Amino acid sequence: MSGESTYNPGTGFTQWLDTRLPILRLAHDSFVDYPTPKNLNYWWTFGGILTFCLVTQIITGIILAMHYTPHVDFAFNSVEHIMRDVNYGWLIRYIHANGASMFFIAVYIHMFRGLYYGSYKAPREVLWILGVVIYLLMMAAAFMGYVLPWGQMSLWGATVITNLFGAIPLIGENIAIWLWGGYSVDNPTLNRFFSLHYLIPFLIFGVVILHIWALHVPGNNNPTGISVKSKQDTVPFHPYYTVKDGFALSLFLILFSYFIFFAPNVLGHADNYIQANPLVTPAHIVPEWYLLPFYAILRAVPDKLGGVALMFGAIFVLFLLPWLDTSKVRSARYRPLFRQFYVLFILDCLLLGYLGAQPAEGIYIVLARIGTIYYFAHFLVVLPVLGLVEKPKAIPESISEPVLAAKPAE
Amino acid sequence: MRKAIKTILGASVVAMSFIAPAQAAGDAKHPAVIDWSFNGPLGTYDRDALRRGYQVYKEVCASCHSMNQLSFRNLSQEGGPEFTEAEVKALAKEYTVEDGPDDYGDMYERPALASDRFVAPYPNDNAARAANGGAYPPDLSLINKARSGGPDYIHALLTGYQEAPDGVEMRPGLYYNPYMAGGKIAMPSPLMEDLLEYGDGTAATVEQMSLDVTHFLNWAAEPELEARKRAGFMVLIYLAIFAGLMYASMRKIWADLH
Repeated sequence: MSGESTYNPGTGFTQWLDTRLPILRLAHDSFVDYPTPKNLNYWWTFGGILTFCLVTQIITGIILAMHYTPHVDFAFNSVEHIMRDVNYGWLIRYIHANGASMFFIAVYIHMFRGLYYGSYKAPREVLWILGVVIYLLMMAAAFMGYVLPWGQMSLWGATVITNLFGAIPLIGENIAIWLWGGYSVDNPTLNRFFSLHYLIPFLIFGVVILHIWALHVPGNNNPTGISVKSKQDTVPFHPYYTVKDGFALSLFLILFSYFIFFAPNVLGHADNYIQANPLVTPAHIVPEWYLLPFYAILRAVPDKLGGVALMFGAIFVLFLLPWLDTSKVRSARYRPLFRQFYVLFILDCLLLGYLGAQPAEGIYIVLARIGTIYYFAHFLVVLPVLGLVEKPKAIPESISEPVLAAKPAE
Repeated sequence: MRKAIKTILGASVVAMSFIAPAQAAGDAKHPAVIDWSFNGPLGTYDRDALRRGYQVYKEVCASCHSMNQLSFRNLSQEGGPEFTEAEVKALAKEYTVEDGPDDYGDMYERPALASDRFVAPYPNDNAARAANGGAYPPDLSLINKARSGGPDYIHALLTGYQEAPDGVEMRPGLYYNPYMAGGKIAMPSPLMEDLLEYGDGTAATVEQMSLDVTHFLNWAAEPELEARKRAGFMVLIYLAIFAGLMYASMRKIWADLH
């Protein structure tokens, strides 16, 4: 962050360390004294919540890996061994399985917050792009993790997704065989998915560090979208936001605990408690809930290659977002038209999520096509045009001004 | 505080609302909702129902269905049927298992121990299929978790057999059951009045046996249920207090700014 470091090593040892490896100075400047806009609302607490989710997944995952066997003959039974024989194995596995869903709930809220307050606009384009990279890695990790219990949905979900690569012209089939390590999803596939599932979280961790770095250079956006102008506008991160994030995290943990202890399987699919069987195809192959909108887009297109292209395009378009939105105003607070389209876009994503869980037939296909077209139109038509035609509301001079104005004299 | 709860929970609930349809229902009849003793945040298993349910499994279901994930020792674990260890040893001894190889390289048979798995009725899947007209009787260890609808569905299925309605063509070896997706099931109705005699004198009606065995199967699928719900209750109390303290700290720290 711009400005002088205020770190003051108190003891002989910390002075000694500071002249050799100023790691405590880094921590102090990043998480204690880091100047943060004082008007951040609760939507800004999800960054901290997401860090918590990542660490939780890594810790529980490492413990699970100590008891899990990545082999088609043993994987399903080793998961049951964890559930039945390992001390508190059920707790660790349910935290990990539901943790994936909680991670995605938090990341979607985090992303939609960024969309609403224009957090992807200059000077935060790189911050946003790193976030989309994390999101992509999360989806890869979650998908491979879902394969590991080797239930029916594991096998058939993996079969559907890896078959998508077969749609690539000329080399598609070879790519699919290369991914599988054979001619179908089988033991080599399970083995490499386990290896990659263990690797990806550490990649995510690395990109998260870059993400936080890219955040601390321009500093936080805030609900007004106005850049910080003076020291008046900010408070030190600690204790103001450590305590606010901590409070929000404890509420989030209450929801998380509800799923772990009282509804541990509602977010999963019953078929995944049936051991994988290559000879029996489930009636409906459904991905995990957080991938459903993309699944709907995939199936909305009659052509396989086209479906795959649009599905990946739906994520790729997020990389271009900072340059697609032509409005100079960041926060939706001052963009009356954008706000309405923002609501429409959320409804469209929810609709696509719903359709992803329905059979690909009749009215569902029609709706999925409309939803898909609107999804892309939002980024490729609505956002570029809105910036040109919309008349934003009057924008306050500084962050402090609306804060002070909103508060009646005491 | 209210604003925070509204934001965090509200947003999460919206996110949840599109999770629900992930479980698309088939064409089968919807099972009735049963008020199981293990439902609810402080639900527990009924020990007597678990023991009767084990008897139904052992004397009826076990002739075709394996339960490979369970060991005899599980029957004496806390939160289950809680037979005594002596009872479990005696139960296990009724079965013979193959062990070995011994010092001469030969396999031999011995009575089962508490540490052995439940003994499966068939040596392998093909034998199971061959003995059941080509239909594989699924392993029951996880059946309550492996079917959408869980225990309600299992109970409805066990008690839901009917004459096939007019116009529904039934192949020999298939039976009509509206709770089964497609309406046709290869398992004949397994329960009938007084099929067995309960040790505790309970009348062995079809309804009673079905409730008991479903209860038992639920424990088999979720043996940790009682410990899980108890722990969850404590965790929620802890988190509620913790959240309250965090809120109070936040108010105090932010007080000088507002």
